[in-house]
Amino acid sequence: MTAILELRNVSKIYKTGFWGHHVTVALDGMSLEIDEARPTITAIVGESGSGKTTLGSLLLGFLPPTSGTAFYRGKDLTKLSRGERKAFRREVQAIFQDPFAAYNPFYTVDHVLTVPISRFKLARSKADARRLMEEALLAVGLRPEEILGRFPHQLSGGQRQRIIVARAMLLKPKVIIADEPVSMVDASLRATILESIYKLHNDLGISVLYITHDLTTAYHIGAQIVVLYRGSVMEAGDTETIVQDPQHPYTRLLIDSVPWPDPDRRWGQSELKPRDGDVPGGDRGCKFAARCPLVMEQCYDAPPPLYQTDGTKRVAACYLWNQAPALGRERLPDFLAQVSSAT
Amino acid sequence: MTGVAEPTPPATAAGPISAPAAAPPRATPPPVEPVLRVEHLSVSYHTDAGRVRAVDNVSFDLPPGVRMGLVGESGSGKTTVANALMRLIKPPGRIDGGRIVVDGVETLPLSNEQMRQVRMRKIALIPQGAMSALNPVMRVRDQILDGLLIHEPRTPRRELERRVENVLVAVELDPRVARRYPHELSGGMKQRVCIAIAVAMRPQVIIADEPTSALDVVVQRQVMETIGRLQRDLHSSIVLIGHDMGLMAQFVDRLAVMYAGRLVEVGPIREIFREPLHPYTQLLISSLPVLGKRGVFRGIPGVPPSLLAVPPGCVFHPRCPQVMAQCPQQIPPLVQVAPNRWVACHLHEAAL
Repeated sequence: MTAILELRNVSKIYKTGFWGHHVTVALDGMSLEIDEARPTITAIVGESGSGKTTLGSLLLGFLPPTSGTAFYRGKDLTKLSRGERKAFRREVQAIFQDPFAAYNPFYTVDHVLTVPISRFKLARSKADARRLMEEALLAVGLRPEEILGRFPHQLSGGQRQRIIVARAMLLKPKVIIADEPVSMVDASLRATILESIYKLHNDLGISVLYITHDLTTAYHIGAQIVVLYRGSVMEAGDTETIVQDPQHPYTRLLIDSVPWPDPDRRWGQSELKPRDGDVPGGDRGCKFAARCPLVMEQCYDAPPPLYQTDGTKRVAACYLWNQAPALGRERLPDFLAQVSSAT
Repeated sequence: MTGVAEPTPPATAAGPISAPAAAPPRATPPPVEPVLRVEHLSVSYHTDAGRVRAVDNVSFDLPPGVRMGLVGESGSGKTTVANALMRLIKPPGRIDGGRIVVDGVETLPLSNEQMRQVRMRKIALIPQGAMSALNPVMRVRDQILDGLLIHEPRTPRRELERRVENVLVAVELDPRVARRYPHELSGGMKQRVCIAIAVAMRPQVIIADEPTSALDVVVQRQVMETIGRLQRDLHSSIVLIGHDMGLMAQFVDRLAVMYAGRLVEVGPIREIFREPLHPYTQLLISSLPVLGKRGVFRGIPGVPPSLLAVPPGCVFHPRCPQVMAQCPQQIPPLVQVAPNRWVACHLHEAAL
C-alpha cells in the first residue's frame, strides 16, 4: 500500500537577500500522505505565512523540498521519468485561487478543456471530445451552451472557477489540490463551487486537499483539518472535534476570531489575547510561543510533539497537554489515516 | 447577554481621542435626526459599451451612533455608493441624481472647496486595501498631518503633531510609528494608520469599504474591534461595506442588502438573519456555512446580471425561486413593512 502523494519530513526554506542571509522557514518537517484506498477531504488551514501554499506547491512538484522528500507513488517527485511525470500530471490536478489568471484571454474557454483532452488522448473523435466537455460542465452545474465558445472575460468568476473544476474532473484524477478555490468568488457562488468539489470527492472517490485561510469553508467541506502556523502543524484531526472544541491556543484564537455568520455567536468572547513579540532564543521552540497567551518556559526550548489529547480523534502540538500520549511529527500521516477510517 | 451595542469598558473609554472635548453622552439621544440621509441616489458609468447604472435609486437613513452594513456581490454597486457619499465619483462615473445629507449639510450641490471642508470633518473613508492607500514615500506622521493642516491651517503645528500621536494611540499603535514609512509596517498596522487618518478629525460618519479584506482573521478581529471602539467613543455612525456576511453578523446593528445596483432589503441584523424577507437575502443567508451543519451546500442558482443589460422589472427575477407574473413588469419599490424594516419585493407589498 503506497500513497499516491506523500511528504516525508519535508522542509522548505526560502533564502532572500543578496547573500541569502534572510532565511524564512516556510514549512518545517512536514509529513503528510494522500492514500488511494481511502479518499478524504483534508483541509489545510492557516493564515498568510503559514506555509499552506508552499505545501500545495511541493505536492504539485512546483517546488523542490529543501530537505526531506516528496513522493508520487513511492518515487521521488523531483526525479520522475517522462512517463511517470505524465501520469502524475493526470492523476494530480490543481485548482487555484484566481479564476482569471488560469485562462489565456486570447482563447475561448474551450481551450482549457480541449488541451487536456488532446494531450492525454481522452477522446477518439471530435464528437467524443465535445461530449466529454459537455458532461464535465454539466457535472459542475453549468449549461454547456452558455459556456462553450465564450471568452473568459464574458464569464463570471464563479463560472470560470467551475470550468476549472470541470477540467480537473475530466481527467478523472486521484487527487485534487485546491488552493483557496473560493476566496475570490462571491459569497453566493461559494457554496456552489464547494458543492462541485464535494461531489467530485463523493461520486468519483477523489481525494481533495483543500487549502484555505477560511475556517468556515474548511469546516464545511473538510472531513479532517490540519492547522498550520509558520510552517508547523499546531493541531490536526477530525474537523468537528477541532472546530467545536479546539485545544491548541492558536486554534482557539483562530476559531474565536472567525466571524461566523450568526449574530448569536459572538466572536472574540474568549479571554485569550495574542501577544506581540519576538521569539527569545530564535525559532528553536514552539512557533507560536511569541504570541501565545499561555506560554511557558519550556515552549521556548524545543518544539512540542503532537499530543493525542482525544485518543484517536485529534493531536495538538502544545505542552499544555503533555500528560497525553505523544506522537512524533513524522507519524502524523498514520494518525490522520486512522482518523479518516474511523469516520 | 450579548447585546449589539454593549457599553465600552471603562479602560478604553478614556482613550485619548475623547480627551479634548468630552464625547457626547451615549444615553438618551433626543428624537433622532439621521446623521446621514440618502434619497434616490443614482450613479452611472458612461462606458464605450453603453451607460451602466451602478447605483439605481438608493435611499436610506442612518441615525447617529448606528453601525450599518452594506452587503452585495462584486459589481452590485456598494463601493460606488461609498464613493458617492464621499463625492469621489470621477468620470466616466456621474451622479445622476438624488440627495445626500451629511449631518445637516446637503453635499451634492456643494462646490469642490466646500466639499473638501466636509470630508474628514463630517464624513471620512477608511479605504479598501490599506497597502495601496498610503503614500510609500511619506512618513506616517506627514500623511496624518496632511489632512489636519488643510482643515486647520491656524492651529499651531506642535498641537497638530500632538494630535497625530493621540490618534495613533487611539488606533492602538505605538506613537513612534509616526516616524516610520508604510513599507516598515505590517498589513494590520497599515490598516490602522488608514483608520487613524479617517478618524483624526472626529467625523460623524465613517465609511469603511472592506477595511479588513486583505487581513488574516485574527488581525481582522483586532482591527474591527478598534474600529468599533472608536465608533463608540466618537459616537459616530459607520457604514461598513463588504460581502462577508460573517463580519456583518459580528459587527453591524443594521444591514442593507444590495443587488445589481438596487437596495433590496434593509433591517436590523438579527431580524434579517432570523427572518430574511427578500428571496435574494433568503438564499444568501442559507448559502452561508454555519456551525453544526457540516456538508450542507446551498448555492444561489444562476449568475448576477450584467449591468449593461439589467433585466426589466425586479432585477432578481431571473434567479428568483418565487417569481410571479408581475416581477418582470414592475420594479418593486423599497417599502417599509415593519419598524426599521424595508424590502423591495412584490411578495411583501401585500403586507402593507
